[in-house]
Amino acid sequence: MTTIDRLEPVNPSRAEHWYLRLYVAGQSPKSLHAHANLKRLCDQYLLGHYEIEIIDLVEYPALARGDDILAIPTLVRRLPEPRHKIIGDLSNTERVIAGLHLRPA
Amino acid sequence: MSPSKRPTPGHATGASQEPHLATLPKAPTGISGLDEVTGGGLPWGRPTLVCGPAGCGKTLLAMEFLVRGITEFDEPGVFVAFEETVEDLVANVASMGFDLRRLEAEGKLVMDQVQVSAIEMEDAGDWDLDGLFLRLGEAIDSIGAKRIVIDTIENLFGAFSNAAVLRAELQRLFRWLKDRGITAVITGERGDGTLTRHGIEEYVSDCVIVLDHRVTEQTSTRRLRILKYRGSLHGTNEYPFLIGESGVSVLPITSLGLQHGVSSRRVSTGVPRLDSMFGDGGFFQGSAVLISGTAGTGKSTLAAQFCDASCGRGARALYFAFEESQAEIVRNMSSVGIHLQRWIDAGLLQFHCFRPSLLGLEAHLFAMQKYVREFDPAVVVKDPVSDLLRVGTGLDVSALLTRQVDFLKSRGVTSLFTSLNADAQSTGSDQHIASLVDTWILVKTMEGNGEHNRVLYVRKSRGMAHSNQIREFHITSQGIELVDVYVGPHGVLTGSARQAQEAKERSDGTARLDDLEQRRVNLERRRESVESQTATLWREFETEADMVGRLLSHGSTGTEDQAGQRAEQGRLRRADIAELAEGPEPLDSLSGLT
Repeated sequence: MTTIDRLEPVNPSRAEHWYLRLYVAGQSPKSLHAHANLKRLCDQYLLGHYEIEIIDLVEYPALARGDDILAIPTLVRRLPEPRHKIIGDLSNTERVIAGLHLRPA
Repeated sequence: MSPSKRPTPGHATGASQEPHLATLPKAPTGISGLDEVTGGGLPWGRPTLVCGPAGCGKTLLAMEFLVRGITEFDEPGVFVAFEETVEDLVANVASMGFDLRRLEAEGKLVMDQVQVSAIEMEDAGDWDLDGLFLRLGEAIDSIGAKRIVIDTIENLFGAFSNAAVLRAELQRLFRWLKDRGITAVITGERGDGTLTRHGIEEYVSDCVIVLDHRVTEQTSTRRLRILKYRGSLHGTNEYPFLIGESGVSVLPITSLGLQHGVSSRRVSTGVPRLDSMFGDGGFFQGSAVLISGTAGTGKSTLAAQFCDASCGRGARALYFAFEESQAEIVRNMSSVGIHLQRWIDAGLLQFHCFRPSLLGLEAHLFAMQKYVREFDPAVVVKDPVSDLLRVGTGLDVSALLTRQVDFLKSRGVTSLFTSLNADAQSTGSDQHIASLVDTWILVKTMEGNGEHNRVLYVRKSRGMAHSNQIREFHITSQGIELVDVYVGPHGVLTGSARQAQEAKERSDGTARLDDLEQRRVNLERRRESVESQTATLWREFETEADMVGRLLSHGSTGTEDQAGQRAEQGRLRRADIAELAEGPEPLDSLSGLT
């Protein structure tokens, strides 16, 4: 949560390690919805091999530069490569699945 | 949470900065000319839209607004770049003398580069631009920024598929900036039939500045126009502007007044007899002079002689040549006795030789003003201004020269322009210029008798009695010399006709002399004859007197004779002879008359 350019070692196990970062602004309803929606989807598709980092831009506005965050909330798929961005409160599940290139577990 | 609820120190200080209610507070741009056109600057604490096609100078204008705000008005600024990288920006404006890295290190400037559409973004639900707001808020608060530039925000439309949300968010952004009292410059690229591609002028409606650059005859001229300025008077014209070595400069032709001081001091033309054609010793100081004529009439020579005379007085002269190089001019002029090299060596004369097509008209004006400011000459020559017509139309050139003349007059610089006419009859291209200049000298060649001869005359000269005579002149080894006027029955006589007239007058003179001599001789003769006649008369008189004398004496002799006879008789008769002694006296008294 403090460093953003930390290189995540790729999990050597068979299952890909997913590293997701969610940018939010405080406790706004959109942010809370996004977090909840993301958690639900990850548990459904990536149980056991994912990691979510929440970055609150109200607290750390400078961190917005790292992933060029304009819209809130924004979800960034850091790993596996390539990077993908999804904006919105993640209420449109189909779009999130497409955006993250999730395959059913 | 909305960032607008965050503490906003800029807003608080901003409110106290508003000078008074009567006028809209303005944030001076520090950009030369722009503040004049906008009547003091951009609307303070409000967003201004600067729009135009690619490459018209939006980014540079915006950046200069920011940099000048920091350096001249102590208002820190934030630059948000959606287009260029920060490295590019720093490099691009370094040529204008802006050291962005230094300003950044001093904590006066923040440059934030926002990369959009680098990664594909999926839209999955409700979102807003709080990320951007927070980012800007953080940048603004970190240095207490009063100004912000967002270049070019419309790039966001490429990144977000939901344009409706984006529009609402942008509208919220501008309102947010306004609430915080930040003077913002938003740039936008011109769209098809709209000011900006995505119509953001709808949301930024306080002040709209339109930039443009047009290419006419392969030369581009940048123009600026204040399309709208809510609550303020502003210039409505299209103003040419330049991006030069020291940034953007807008050249408002109409902001130049006609308030320059005038001088009644005279400046010699360099040709003594031409000076006397202006009555009292040449052009007015600080006036504008046009010398127009066909090719090879000696315009440049007149101009060079003018410079020569100026340098001779110790006054600096600046010579802009569009046709010849400095070396060529120096060589050519020394062949007619005008030695310019000595003045160049003495630092009194400076040449700037270039083809007009090298620069656009505006750049040309800009360069000229720069050179004049640096060199501070008393006299400026442009030879020939007609070459500028290759770069712009007559109207453009006229507008350019108006500004130049005004600029030079305001500095009290006497300017001399030459203009080349295609043929002697048409002075069409000069008409654009003629009304600007105070003195207009026409040089032309008069053809006739199988030769052509150079003549000049003063077409106009404001504020002075000037000769109306057409004068023939020679380019001699001592420069230009006006020759005497010979007016024949068919006008001014030039060349061989003049020489014939001169010869005729000479021979006429000789004839008169001969005649006088003859009359003198005649008179002498007549005197001689009078004298001889007098002598003759005297001789006659004397002869007559002689005769009369003799007659008189003859008469007395008669009496004497009688007395003699009587005496003789007496002697013979032995009478008394003593009384005969007084006899010859009457003859003596008569001879005393002769």
